[in-house]
Amino acid sequence: MSPGILIGTGLALLVLTVLTVAVRYIDVGEFNIYIAIGIAVVKATLVALFFMHLRWDRPFNSLFFVASIAAVVLMIVFTTMDTAQYAPDVIKGNAPEAQKTLDELAPDAPVAVKYPYGM
Amino acid sequence: MSTIDLPHQDDQQGRTPAPVVDNYLTYTRGIKSWIFTLDHKRIGVMYMVSVLVSFLVGGTFAILLRTELLPPGKTIVGADMYNQFFTLHGAIMVFLVIIPSIPAALGNFVLPIMLGAKDVAFPRLNLFSYWLWIAGAICAVVSLLMGGFDTGWTFYTPYSTTTETGGVIAVVTGVFILGFSSIFTGMNFIVTIHKLRPPGMTWFRMPLFLWSIYATAMIQVLATPVLAITLLLLIIERTLNIGVFNPSMGGDPVLFQHFFWFYSHPAVYIMILPAMGIISDVIAVHSHRHIFGYTFIAFSSIAIAVFSFLVWGHHMFTSGQSPLMNTIFSLITFSVSIPSAIKVFNWLATLYKGSISLNTAMLYGLSFIFLFTIGGLTGLHLGTLNTDIHLHDTYFVVAHFHYVMMGSALIAMIAGLHHWWPKMTGRMYSEFWGRIGCLLVFIGFNVTFFTQFMLGSQGMPRRYYDYLPEYQVYHVISTIGSYVMALGFVLTAVYLLASIMFGRRAPANPWGGRSLEWQCTSPPPHDNFKTTPRVGNCYDFSAVVWDEKQQGYVVDRSLDPTLNEPADKA
Amino acid sequence: MTEIHASNHAHDEEHGDHGHHDPHLAHHFETPAQQFDSGKLGMWLFLATEVLFFGGLFVLYCILRYNHPEIFSYASNYLDTVMGGVNTCVLILSSLTMALAVRFAQINKPKWMVICLVLTLLGAVGFLVIKYFEYTHKIHDHLVWGSTFYVPTSVEEAEKLGGGENPVVTTEPAAVAADFVDPSDSEQELIPDSLMQKPATSVSQIKPAQMAPGGIASMAEGEPVVEPPYSSGANHLEDADMPPNTHLFFGIYYCMTGLHGVHVLIGMALIVWLIVRGLRGHFSHKYYTPVDLGGLYWHIVDLIWIFLFPMFYLIH
Repeated sequence: MSPGILIGTGLALLVLTVLTVAVRYIDVGEFNIYIAIGIAVVKATLVALFFMHLRWDRPFNSLFFVASIAAVVLMIVFTTMDTAQYAPDVIKGNAPEAQKTLDELAPDAPVAVKYPYGM
Repeated sequence: MSTIDLPHQDDQQGRTPAPVVDNYLTYTRGIKSWIFTLDHKRIGVMYMVSVLVSFLVGGTFAILLRTELLPPGKTIVGADMYNQFFTLHGAIMVFLVIIPSIPAALGNFVLPIMLGAKDVAFPRLNLFSYWLWIAGAICAVVSLLMGGFDTGWTFYTPYSTTTETGGVIAVVTGVFILGFSSIFTGMNFIVTIHKLRPPGMTWFRMPLFLWSIYATAMIQVLATPVLAITLLLLIIERTLNIGVFNPSMGGDPVLFQHFFWFYSHPAVYIMILPAMGIISDVIAVHSHRHIFGYTFIAFSSIAIAVFSFLVWGHHMFTSGQSPLMNTIFSLITFSVSIPSAIKVFNWLATLYKGSISLNTAMLYGLSFIFLFTIGGLTGLHLGTLNTDIHLHDTYFVVAHFHYVMMGSALIAMIAGLHHWWPKMTGRMYSEFWGRIGCLLVFIGFNVTFFTQFMLGSQGMPRRYYDYLPEYQVYHVISTIGSYVMALGFVLTAVYLLASIMFGRRAPANPWGGRSLEWQCTSPPPHDNFKTTPRVGNCYDFSAVVWDEKQQGYVVDRSLDPTLNEPADKA
Repeated sequence: MTEIHASNHAHDEEHGDHGHHDPHLAHHFETPAQQFDSGKLGMWLFLATEVLFFGGLFVLYCILRYNHPEIFSYASNYLDTVMGGVNTCVLILSSLTMALAVRFAQINKPKWMVICLVLTLLGAVGFLVIKYFEYTHKIHDHLVWGSTFYVPTSVEEAEKLGGGENPVVTTEPAAVAADFVDPSDSEQELIPDSLMQKPATSVSQIKPAQMAPGGIASMAEGEPVVEPPYSSGANHLEDADMPPNTHLFFGIYYCMTGLHGVHVLIGMALIVWLIVRGLRGHFSHKYYTPVDLGGLYWHIVDLIWIFLFPMFYLIH
């Protein structure tokens, strides 16, 4: 791990930073976010492999680090899947609208929560 | 602490005992030598005392709750106070008692000795994590002074962000700190097991308790930070009102439950996995028989640790979670039963044709198998989507998790306490009173909580202050059971404390164990081992023979060929 | 953190009589290599907990962005990409000097190691200074979190909120109220103190006409259009395109960058400690564990920022 490798890694990171800022101004639809995150992953990998010495370190350290990232990814995937699949509202609309519908259906029912803001 | 100055260990080599034997209790003296100790054994003992005191407090709240529920309506406290009581009972028992009980208290004491190490890898971090625990406990007390909290131990939003009770932030801070205590303990154990194994202690020579502690530590390190950030967000939400969990501000309240259970489901495995490890060792030692299916038990611990991260959504079947995720989580939940059942069958196979000594520790171990089986099987009712709709938030759930958390995790802790009590204190307790105590706890527990299965299946909701008259008979039976159980615990406390004063001096190996902690004196010396011990097969009991002179077991080295290799210097 | 390092010296005070010649070897380790490996494994476990600690916020970000993509593409425009980009470069350079510091420790050049550590510290200070300007600028523009951010979008609502019955507004009422009133306005004297305490009331100090172009259209004919009571360029309050609940973006922005900032502060304390020990000549190629572990911590701070930057500043 000569200083040359470290400085090279640093330069690569700076170039990638400029690249990711440049890509922001090009419209490729929804791919913008994937490109941005992809470049970030490459940069993070460079930092982990060379600055953090994982390239030369014991494999278990990398394994555990990757496991922790996998746990985060798992949580993101499951919660996003859940959010995407929320059952269609029993009473259509967001919370204030639901309250309005409830008010119409059962005007005398006690109101649990008053929503201060309309939408 | 009593002074123990009679040697036991050196007798087996036929030498005249030295007048004073160094042990960890008498190595240094004074209150400062305990507060600043870096000795894992002392830290383990301090954890044990703190955990048992918390257990007393949490148990007192449990008895108050049961007394309140004796007849319908008000008995001793009002409804708001009742809400605070069950919240306190839950929070204390989960965060202050069960989670640290086995890993931090027993694990700290036993793990390095079992491993053959002089200490854990980071002794200062170990002490720091104990004092973090104390700080967390103090925060909980402060929250009581600030008006208490009635959120339930789960702190669900939006109730926890809007409730009027003033202690919410203090207790959430306390749990945040306790989480870090748990993380540091877990880190310490993983590094210790990885890096401090002496030569000869290969992964597959480790006692199964170490495997389960290792799996537990993995969960502690990987799951607890999520709890920390969840609680931090809860504090921010409550103080700064950022609205991320508030639907009227565009937030998502179900997300809080995702966050919370991403930690808290693995957390129940933080509680049960080390319990399973204790039982594996207790069953094998007191049956004097090689554990059946060592590798299966070892890998099932790891499997449970991995599965524990994939099932959190089964707490949210009725919380508005999507049908897709309900189905996935239900499916994975069932798969957890496979490694759990592997363990139970292996324990039963170990018992088969063993020469079983019904010592108190073994009785608690057998109780564990019985109670864990009931707790585990009723979990299947709750993991099934359609029955869960009926049983959710009823006493059935309460009974289920008490069978697993208390009937399994805590009973195993008490089994381990009895198993290692002679090692920790150097004294033997009364086996007679021990068996009576175990019987009272076992009967009391089942009377208390089996009744609650019936209550729940008939629709009695949990956390309710009042109930319809037709439920009263069950509540009365359950309350009587809780009194019997309390009597059993009081009896246990009395004879254990009495043993410190009046108990017979313990031999190095009273039960016939083979793992390394039974090869140093009771109580162990400051550095555990004078020389790095020679590791044999810790489940091969054929070389363990009774020694009349010591009133304990010794390892007859001529009977174990692995110990007679040339490198053996003992 | 420090405990991991400190534990290496447990023997100095207590177990000095074990016959080890290496002063840095704790009594329960057999070899310095074993001790170094243990420290490193412990640090990596700690870094894993850091990943999961921030991971929770990443999950929160994903859910919010999934549910409200319009908020993120709208509100991202209020962040200064240049400042964010410069900050990213500063942090990457400080990470580089940190890696070089570890390298110099390994090849036994403690003087160069200290120089690199000082450069790293300067980078950290620079990062926080830029961050400070970003924060103050946003707070000045009321680009803050939660209900404090909230602006009514219609005349009726503004009047309703003006009644002081908005139960959610709790944060920094005095500051918000003060900012909404132009100090040069002589009418400031006429505002009673009691109103100054109520943020909801302070919102009503702005005439509805300035809330949004839609508000102007809805105004009755003949009413004079009052100048905005403040002038901070293109203010979000005047923007009709602002999606509802835009405050969520800033809530998560302050959470993530704030927590990251706290980690930068901890890292700075750590670097100062390393510099002091380095100046006292504690480190050499035989013993540089604290530098190595401190470096790992600093890199994870950098690594998290590498993700935060595109997540907040670079939304197209």
